[in-house]
Amino acid sequence: MNKTLIIIKREYLSRVRKKTFILSTLLTPLLFALFFAVVIYITVKNVRNEKVAVIDPTGILQQNLTSSKAVNYQFTTDADTGNFLAKGFTAVLYAPNTGINNTGNFKLVSEKSLSRVANERIEKDITQALESNLISQKLHINPKQIDSLKQQARTISIDAVKKDEMGELSSSNFDLASGIGYVTAFLIYITLFVYGVMVMRGVMEEKTNRIAEVIVSSVKPFQLMLGKIVGIGAVGLTQFLMWIILLALLFSGISMLIPASVMEQAAQAGGGMGGANAQTSDAIRNIASAQQTLSSVNWPMVIGSFIFYFLGGYLFYASLFAAVGSAVNEDAQDAQSLTFPITIPIILAIVIMINSINDPSSTLAVWASIIPFTSPIVMMSRIPFGVPDTVPYWQLGLSAVLLVAGFLATTWLSAKIYRTGILMYGKKPSWKEMIKWISR
Amino acid sequence: MYLLETRNLKKYYATQKAVDDISFGIEPGKIFGLLGPNGAGKTTLLRMITGIFYPDEGQILFEGKPFDPQNDIGRIGYMPEERGLYKKMKIGEQALYLAQLRGLSKSEAMEGIKEWFVKLEMESWWNKKVEDLSKGMSQKLQFVTTVLHRPKLIILDEPFSGLDPVNSNVIKEEIHELARRGATIIFSTHRMEQVEEICDQIVLVNRGKKILDGTVKEVKQQFKKHLFRVGFEALPALQETPVFSVADASKDGTLTVKINDGYGPNAVLQSLMQQGAVIHSFNEVLPSLNDIFIQLVESTPASRQFLNREASMANGR
Repeated sequence: MNKTLIIIKREYLSRVRKKTFILSTLLTPLLFALFFAVVIYITVKNVRNEKVAVIDPTGILQQNLTSSKAVNYQFTTDADTGNFLAKGFTAVLYAPNTGINNTGNFKLVSEKSLSRVANERIEKDITQALESNLISQKLHINPKQIDSLKQQARTISIDAVKKDEMGELSSSNFDLASGIGYVTAFLIYITLFVYGVMVMRGVMEEKTNRIAEVIVSSVKPFQLMLGKIVGIGAVGLTQFLMWIILLALLFSGISMLIPASVMEQAAQAGGGMGGANAQTSDAIRNIASAQQTLSSVNWPMVIGSFIFYFLGGYLFYASLFAAVGSAVNEDAQDAQSLTFPITIPIILAIVIMINSINDPSSTLAVWASIIPFTSPIVMMSRIPFGVPDTVPYWQLGLSAVLLVAGFLATTWLSAKIYRTGILMYGKKPSWKEMIKWISR
Repeated sequence: MYLLETRNLKKYYATQKAVDDISFGIEPGKIFGLLGPNGAGKTTLLRMITGIFYPDEGQILFEGKPFDPQNDIGRIGYMPEERGLYKKMKIGEQALYLAQLRGLSKSEAMEGIKEWFVKLEMESWWNKKVEDLSKGMSQKLQFVTTVLHRPKLIILDEPFSGLDPVNSNVIKEEIHELARRGATIIFSTHRMEQVEEICDQIVLVNRGKKILDGTVKEVKQQFKKHLFRVGFEALPALQETPVFSVADASKDGTLTVKINDGYGPNAVLQSLMQQGAVIHSFNEVLPSLNDIFIQLVESTPASRQFLNREASMANGR
């Protein structure tokens, strides 16, 4: 058997058989699902049924203000700011008594401020009611007719909205795409670090234990480095495939367990959550709307390019981490100071990625997704928006070719540092010395 | 024919001559001691012989042909000083892995491992991890992984460090056994008493140069100071004689005498008997390798003066 293969096999098996690997592979999707389940549960729980007393002397809201699950309106005349609590209302809504032409003076009185969800809901309801009343009074048309017209129009336009000439996506698809972009780009970011550091530690172990010396007397240093990188990469790939399978199983399980109405409610409520929860509720909304729009995503493309960019990015950075591992000794501080320059582009990529999610076609996003230092993360955030609409084929192709060329270059460079560094003991080498090793 | 021969081997680093024109030859089945103070260039020399480094100049001949690391490496076993094992890996798998990297097939490797494990009483270790082993035990394992593929040339760097006398003896026996069966052994150490016991031939390097080469007996003869120890019943009062001078008189009734040029041991005995001394014993005092080592190394600065930091990097340990 080829010696590189023997090394790959050892690196792979010794890691896959570890308890920590098995646990993290099985538990991560569970925790992920649990996290979403908890967030959905809390969001649903938080939607209170607000009872609002409506004082509407001129009747501008009458007829068309419809109650919903979140807000229940009751038209009264005897409730006021003094007694609404006693009567079981959470708020009083005063409509202006100046008639339908002056609509600016609505007043909402409550003891505790209402949740943003409720506030937004009430605002929307009032607008809706006013609009309907205005239509019926000024245009003398039954608002129901308008509704059915609108409904008709909407049905007709569904296909057109999805992909018009500008290449813009409908809003729900946009949310889903950015959700997928976030998750996949962050996964690549995390794995670059986790597996990169794993490679570095492996190399450091071999060096400090002097195993490297034994092994490079039977195989070439390059074979040892390559075996380690490929073996650990295969570990990462195994973990991802397991996660994809487990997550797919879990999600189909969850969507069977959670009724569609709850998901809808979560989707509606999610939009109104403020502060730190904004992003998680965004994500929930994405997942909720994903049920309707999942089919709009090009899954083979997303998963295929995820695997490609994970592998490409991993190979690009892992060999650099291997070079660092070969240059230092046991000292963790030395390792840290040498990994710092490697981590800068990765962190930069994450910053650009957050930008690119909002504007996937910006010049910055396009170039960052082509240059191999940042492309694995940034390109992954753009691909869910659509190929070839948002990401033309030439960009994808160029990015892929450059990434492959990039990791061949970093591997070549690292191999030069590695073969010298792995046998050097003593003080940490300076940059100048490492450059000398490369040129030797 | 030599099994391994080096001719004018040179390896220069940026500012230092790590190995500077070293030639020697080792006959098959011999145990060869490579001696030298720290930083003398031993490791660099060994790394060239194990194919890790290429020499800048000079030749290495293995079985009479130029050394080709790609093909010849399967016939060499190298054990670096200390460690050299994966801590978290099971013993059996580790031995198997290293043997396979040496080019053995799985079944060949298993066979060899079993044989050695039985011989060194390690059978119960198979599923243990290296981190569970004591230093001596892991040294034993390392020895096994070095010789498992029946190498023609075995290179051992400080093989006895950390071993108790019992295990030291076990390994020593195995080394002799391997040599008897035709393996050639290179030994790198600075423990001179082991060298005297084990080695057939020694080479002493210092500052990258070979300063001594020969069998233990030859070397001792070369450095002998013509000293003899004479034991008496009672220390006689001796007259001045041109034959010898007293170098040392000890309380237990022995004299160490230095024979002057032009005389032999018989002349000493004659002279002593003429003076009526009753002699119990008469031995030649040969210098220990330790003395020779110290004498030779001390005449040069004990450690190299580094010209800059790079040199220290390049020289390794």
